[in-house]
Parts: sequence; C-alpha cells; structure tokens
Amino acid sequence: MNPMAANPPITNPPVATPFFFYLLAATMIIGGILVITRKNAIHSAMALITALLAQAGLYLMLYAPFVAGVQIILYAGGIMVLFLFVIMLINLERNMKERQFNKQWLVGIVAAAALGGLFITVYTTSTRGKELFPEGRVAYADGQNTQAIASLLFDRGAGQYMFAFEIASLLLLVAIIGAVVMAKKRI
Amino acid sequence: MNELMQYIQSYLGSDRTPGGAGNIFWATVYILLVFGGLSVAVIAMNWLERKILAHMQVRLGPMRVGPHGLLQPIADAIKLLLKEDIIPAEADKVIFWIAPFIVVLAAFTVFVVVPFGPTHAITDMNIGILFMLGVSSLSVLGIVTAGWASNSHYPLIGALRSSAQMVSYEVAMGLAVVSAIMMTSLGNLATGLYGAGNVDSQISGTLSMIGIVQAQQAQGVWFVFKFFPLGLIAFGMFAIAMVAETNRAPFDLPEAESELTAGFHTEYSGFRWSLFFLAEYSAMIAVSSIAVTLWLGGWLRPFPSVHGPSIAIPHIWPPADPSAPTGALDFVFALCPGIAFLLLGAMCFYNVQRMPKHPLFKVQTLGLAGFGAVLALIGLILFVPPVRDRVGDIFWFSAKVTGFMYLYIWYRGTFPRYRFDQLMKVGWKILLPTGLALLILTALFGMRADISTQFLGGLGQ
Amino acid sequence: MDSLLHITTLHYLVLGAALFLLGVIGVLTRRNVVIVLMSIELILNAVNLNLVAFSRYWQGIHGPGALHGQVFAIFVITDAAAEAAVGLGILIAFFRNKETVNVDEVNLLKW
Repeated sequence: MNPMAANPPITNPPVATPFFFYLLAATMIIGGILVITRKNAIHSAMALITALLAQAGLYLMLYAPFVAGVQIILYAGGIMVLFLFVIMLINLERNMKERQFNKQWLVGIVAAAALGGLFITVYTTSTRGKELFPEGRVAYADGQNTQAIASLLFDRGAGQYMFAFEIASLLLLVAIIGAVVMAKKRI
Repeated sequence: MNELMQYIQSYLGSDRTPGGAGNIFWATVYILLVFGGLSVAVIAMNWLERKILAHMQVRLGPMRVGPHGLLQPIADAIKLLLKEDIIPAEADKVIFWIAPFIVVLAAFTVFVVVPFGPTHAITDMNIGILFMLGVSSLSVLGIVTAGWASNSHYPLIGALRSSAQMVSYEVAMGLAVVSAIMMTSLGNLATGLYGAGNVDSQISGTLSMIGIVQAQQAQGVWFVFKFFPLGLIAFGMFAIAMVAETNRAPFDLPEAESELTAGFHTEYSGFRWSLFFLAEYSAMIAVSSIAVTLWLGGWLRPFPSVHGPSIAIPHIWPPADPSAPTGALDFVFALCPGIAFLLLGAMCFYNVQRMPKHPLFKVQTLGLAGFGAVLALIGLILFVPPVRDRVGDIFWFSAKVTGFMYLYIWYRGTFPRYRFDQLMKVGWKILLPTGLALLILTALFGMRADISTQFLGGLGQ
Repeated sequence: MDSLLHITTLHYLVLGAALFLLGVIGVLTRRNVVIVLMSIELILNAVNLNLVAFSRYWQGIHGPGALHGQVFAIFVITDAAAEAAVGLGILIAFFRNKETVNVDEVNLLKW
C-alpha cells in the first residue's frame, strides 16, 4: 500500500472540504464587515488585505491556481500597497474625529436589504422542479491550469481573448498616464 | 514496528510530492522538516555572517561564547528574548503588533514550493514560481505598516524608501524570471546549449518549480549556460535584483545603522526585532532558492548530462534503483556530500590542534573536537550506499544555496552602499531596459527555427 | 445538514452575494472616500468569486479547457487595478485642493 498513490479522480464540482470553505468564508465576511465599519482607514486596509488573501484561498479551492496567484500578486501585493501609500499620504487624523457615516445611511441600508431580498429570492427558487445549478458530470483536477488559460488567451487557433488582452494593456497604459498626471503637483 | 518501517519504505519510493498526493501526514512531516531546517539555517547564517565578515576585515569575530563563537547565535537569541518589549507612546498598537507577523508570514510561506529534489517539496503547485514571487511581495505590506505604526519619522522614511526599493527591483526580478521560464519550452529534448524550439516541439513551458528543474534535466543544460550569453545576463540581473529585494548590502540604505538609525525596525526591540531578522534571512534563502532553481539547475549535479563510462563496483556502485545513471562521473559526484562533511570535520580538527594549550581552554577544545567528530560522523554516514543515493539531490541544492549565502556576505563586506537615488536609477534605468531587451532576445533566439521555417522559407536550417 | 456540508456552486454564489451586499453598504453609507474605494474593491472581488465558481461549474460540463470564467476574472482584476490607481489619483488631486476626504464635501459644482 503506497501512501503516496494518487487520490481517485474527483467526480463532483466544485470539490471543497467544508472546514476550509467555512473558515475562509468566515474570514472574508468578517474582513468585509471590518472594512466598512472601522474608523481608522489603515485598519480597514488591513482587514481588506485579509479578505483578499482568504479570497485567494477560495480560488485555490475552486482549482483556479493561476487566478489565485494573480490575486495575491496584483490585489494584495499591488493594489493594497497603493491604497496604503495613499492613506499615509493624506492626513486622516482630523477625519477620524468626524462623523463616519452618511446622513442617508438608513436609505443605504434599506436599499442593500432590498438587494439582499432579491438575491435570496433568486437563490432559493427552483425552476420547475429542477435544480438551480445541477451537478456537472466530471470535474478535472488539473496540473495544466496555467497552460489552459494561456491557450485561451494566446493560442492562434483556440484562443478567443487576444483582442481583450491587448485592450487591457492599453487600458493599463491609460491608467498609468492618468494617475501620474492627476497626482503631479504641476503638469 | 515492522509496519512502520514498511510504511516509510513505501513512501520513499513514491513519485510525487506530499501535496500532489494529498497526503496530509507526510505533508506535515515535510513542513516541520523544512521550517526546522530553515530556522537552523538562519541561526547558522547569523554565525557565518559575523565570522566571515570578520575574517574579511582581518579580525576574528566572536571567539568566546563557544569554540570559535559557535554558540554565539544562541546567546543572541536568549538576549533578544529577555529584552524589554517597548511600544512607542502614540503608536497604533494593533498595527504595531501585526507588522512583523506579516513579514514573517510572507518570508516563510514561500518555502511551500521550494524543491529540494524531484519529489522533495511540500507541494508542487502549477504556478510555483508565480506563487513565490507573489508571496514574497507581500512583505512590502509588512514593512510599510511597520514604519507607519512606529509613529516616528525615521522609521517612516526608512519604510517608504525600503518599500519603493523592493517594488522597483521586483519588476527587474520578474523580467529575469520570465526570460528563464521561456527557456523551459524553447528547446527540444537533448539539444543542450543552443537548442531552439521549432513548430514540431510539443513541449509546453511550465511555471512549476519542479517542472523547471526537470526541463533543465531534459535539455541537459543549466539555464545559466543556455543561449549563451542570454542565460548568464538573466542570471546576473536576478542576482543583483535579489540583493536589492532583500534590502541587503550594497542596497541596504533603508536599514543601515549609520544612515537612518536602522530604518523601519528602529522602534522594534527584543522579540519583535528578532522576527524581522528571521524574516530577512528567510527571504534571502528564498530568493536564492529561486535563483538556484531557475538558473543553476536546482538539485542537478554539475554537468548533468555527462555520465562517463558505466562502471560497477560490488556492493558500492551502481545504486539499487535500476533507473539511476551508472556512469563513472555519477559515482564521483555521488561521493561529494560525504567528502564535503569530512572536509568540514577536518577543518574542525585542524583548529582543535591550533587552540592554545591552556587549562582555561579545555572546555572549548573538547567542544570543538566533539563538533568536528559529529561532522566527520555525518560525512561517513553519507558514504553508505542507501543514504548516499537519496541525499544527493538535497545536498546539491543546499550547497548551491549556501554558495549564494556566501555571496551575500561577500557583497556586504566588499561594496560601499548605494545612495538612494543611485539605487532607483540602477533599478529603473539600467535593469529594466536590460530585462526587456533580454526578454525579446531570448524569445527571438529560442524561436529562430520556427521563425526561419515560417517566414524565411527555411533559411539557415 | 447534508446540504450544508457538501459544498456546491450555490455556496460560493451565496458567499459572493453576501460580500457584494457588504460592499454596497460600504459604498452607500461611508463618508471617507478611501473606504468607499475599498468597498468597491470588495464588490469586484465578489463578482470575481462568482465568475470563478461558475467557471468551475462550466468546466464540469464542457471539459477541462473551458476556463472562460477564470480568464474573465483575470481581466476584472486588471481593471480593478487600473481603476484603483485612477481613483486614488483623483482623490489625491481633490485632497490637495480641499484638504478633506469626505464624500459629502465634494460639492464644488453645487450652485
């Protein structure tokens, strides 16, 4: 009996041990609640970083390692560093002593509750007796995830997203130039 | 007991990493081994740095605490643990407490994918190198929050400079890494140094760390020598960028004592400072592992495709595994781990007989002799055939990483510090254009067979 | 109870919806622009979670190469980076003028 023999192939998507799912989901929800309720913006940013890293863990559970890697590098390691720099640049000491929530916070909560009701309605309705998301036939645990995404993006025959890729690079160029021009003291 | 031995034996013959097989028990064993080894390595680095720097500066370094200062790191650790834990007056307590934790987390999590052998990694992620680069970039967050939470201007300036430096050199590191990743797919099997891809080569590149070393094994060449001089320039770029990434000399302006009173970890004392120190040395070992895996052939011995004539010595060679190579050169290189440890033991004994013959030095002499005896014993054990066949991969990987650690200490003892604007100029104006040019040249070089077939009508084939 | 222990696509969608709600509440009720921007990032992450969960579901039906949801998620992350950079640039420009980061005080065009 070889303890290192491969596990039998997975047959139900998405496969997740419930413990890790609930742990990561709880981390994300608590992080989200801390983001929207903290007075100190740095605390909010740290809570958001925790939520983003938990999200990367959830991507790994969904067998999307490349998206998880991109999330860690871009979101947690890039965007949040940008947020932290800007928070340190602007002086928020005075802001921490002011009122934190809008005058129309009640309207906001009611609108969000209505949206929540809509979500609950959608997710608990079963369509004519069939399941909302019937289980797929076979799911694949892959060691070729990056290669498959690359083939979708770049392949001459099977790739569909080359144009979107080029447009995204143009968008990033525009964003860089725009951010630099707006944050400079004198143009 | 017999079942336990059988269990361990059956594991040792496996062909995948514990993470790949979904085996939680062995994954935990590997995690404990790797992190224990890492802690020992950091402690050894501390001693090595002080002794090697001292000898480069023609002095002796720590000599008192153990024989030749061998117990000095333990004394340092005890001192750090007993120091008073000071928190600045108006510092943000939560952030002040979290910041070292983030840096240590980032520095230790990367070791999950570091390959010590074809199956000796905790797991082999499909995105191995991407994971390592991404998680090591999380330490910037820890440094920035550490500087901010100290509520004092020296740490803040040090933190902002340090994070700007790390972010700039991450770009250069990323470009060098991409050009090495391209080489995993730009070569037919066994075409060696200038093996170029063509329209028929079905090998797809890979981001997985074990896959990269296996690509070097299949192509029979370390990537540092491939497409000469492109591999060498990429390796050189990464070697410079990794020193800047870990805030080490000559790029250590943000944390040098004479410049900014120790930069972002000024206000940290005792145990918290030791966490930063641990994270810095672990990050050094991590980026050295990346360099070793990507360019220096990982766990492969030097000249991995040269085997020499097949020889057979009864009971000693060839190894029990029928698929292992049996050449004479393989035998010579297989003896290297044992010889290395025997040399270390011989160095210890040489120093034993150089010790002063004074009764006050009796304990130190005995201690050094004991240490030398342990090293020599390990060397003798490494000659035994079952151990010798299994330990080769781990030895070569660790030897190469140790070489990089020596290079780090050598740089610190030799080069003067870069001023901050010079540092940013090197990162953006010199390394980034070089990296881009390298990327394009590697792609052109590697696809020249494909380009010539498709566009130039088979010219030069 | 069994439906709670066996994790299906629906679990991920509900989690995404909950995060989306938290983000929407953050955008609608906070005064600090930086926290509003961070809530927008929460919203984008919820959307990404939905996309990747559906990509896994789609993969079960259409084979191992059908990773359209993941590619879409990568593009969303790229867009989020661009938008965060531009948004923070606007914030810095505005802060330099008015010395405040409260959303209610962005009323220069009010007559």
